[in-house]
Amino acid sequence: MKPAPFDYVRPRDLGEAVAALSEFEWGARVLAGGQSLVPMLNLRLSPVLRLVDISGLEELRGVEEDPEGVTFGACVRHGEFEDGQVPDPARGMMHHVAGRIAYRAVRNRGTIGGSLSLADPSADWITVVMALGASFVIRGAAGERRVAGSDMFLGPYSTALGEHDILAAIRVPKLGRSARWGYYKIIRKAGEYPMTTASVVLDPDRGRSSVVLGTVNRGPLEMARMAAGMQGAGTWSAQLEGNLREAIRLDLETAGRDQDSCEMKLCETTLLRAAQSALVQ
Amino acid sequence: MMKISLTLNGKPVTVDVEPRTSLADLLRSPGCGCTSIHLGCEHGVCGACTILIDGRIARSCIALAVACDGAEVTTLEGLGEDELTTQLKDAFHCNHGLQCGFCTPGMLISAREVVARNPQLSEEELRTAMSGNICRCTGYTGIVAAVSAVAASRASSCTSES
Repeated sequence: MKPAPFDYVRPRDLGEAVAALSEFEWGARVLAGGQSLVPMLNLRLSPVLRLVDISGLEELRGVEEDPEGVTFGACVRHGEFEDGQVPDPARGMMHHVAGRIAYRAVRNRGTIGGSLSLADPSADWITVVMALGASFVIRGAAGERRVAGSDMFLGPYSTALGEHDILAAIRVPKLGRSARWGYYKIIRKAGEYPMTTASVVLDPDRGRSSVVLGTVNRGPLEMARMAAGMQGAGTWSAQLEGNLREAIRLDLETAGRDQDSCEMKLCETTLLRAAQSALVQ
Repeated sequence: MMKISLTLNGKPVTVDVEPRTSLADLLRSPGCGCTSIHLGCEHGVCGACTILIDGRIARSCIALAVACDGAEVTTLEGLGEDELTTQLKDAFHCNHGLQCGFCTPGMLISAREVVARNPQLSEEELRTAMSGNICRCTGYTGIVAAVSAVAASRASSCTSES
């Protein structure tokens, strides 16, 4: 037995879950799949006074599809995306990414909502949902509110979720028929947390292109110049690669990121490979 | 303490647990006696504690026992009559798939899932699929050979059946 003692509550619905969180000024945490939180408890990394277990709430396990997009309950597990048990509004991107998160034993329990709420900067889903233009349904003491992807992630382990809020659902718009995507991560050992991740989504039907970079020590970064440089790109070429390298340099410079470090090289390589895989699909 | 009930290897179990008790610690306790569960890292990295929860592989060291109330839990002890597990055990024996044996129960449970899900894996895919289980003796060559042998025999029997 490794964690310090804590109180455990299994609410019957989302309202009860929010109420159970709100009874503590701080220190109450939401337990979804527990694949990051329980290791943190075992390592006693953060003090937790109460766990509110939402993993059994049916209202968080639902998936609703309409012509414009899909709304995923926060407790849909990575393995359900991997196995095609839920629709993929991103033309295979979510399926591809989910099947490469950690290990199968973790994917069977870990949830998309849990991963996004924790906002580990090197976890897989953040850059993907941002590049897809997702929005988030958050339930708090004052009711329900929606937050856009770009306003959700404030930095490493920091989100728009308040101390007593619960991420209820993730809304992902459907990509157009001619959309292309790329995802790449640099990882030292299969299944571990990546050092860098990059998601590229090119959706000419919706007039939208997006590139998002993830690193271990900063929040996700939207690469606006690189995304503009990808817009309308047909095939991979040396000229395009040169243009993108310059765009990446400018995007990182604007964001105040170190230009000379090993991290810069990792970022550039990850971004270019994600971009290339989007174009050669 | 909280009272939970689960089905362990086909038998109903009702116990009192502290919320902080991991499923692994509960199952290894004298009352349950499932000592095939080995605790290596205790934070979900090494795979030695891998078991089945509701038929799906999971890490028992990072599953809280209280959160498994009502679940169906299967450990290697419960797979004694399982045909695929028996094949894998034989293949580990023949291919020198274990040295100290500490990782073996988790390896067998993971390998069973990998082979059952897709017996037609390339070696690279197999190594990736098994990468969540660490062998500190570094005996991977024998382990991969064992799992590959069982996968190949199943893949060929699938082909001949179809």
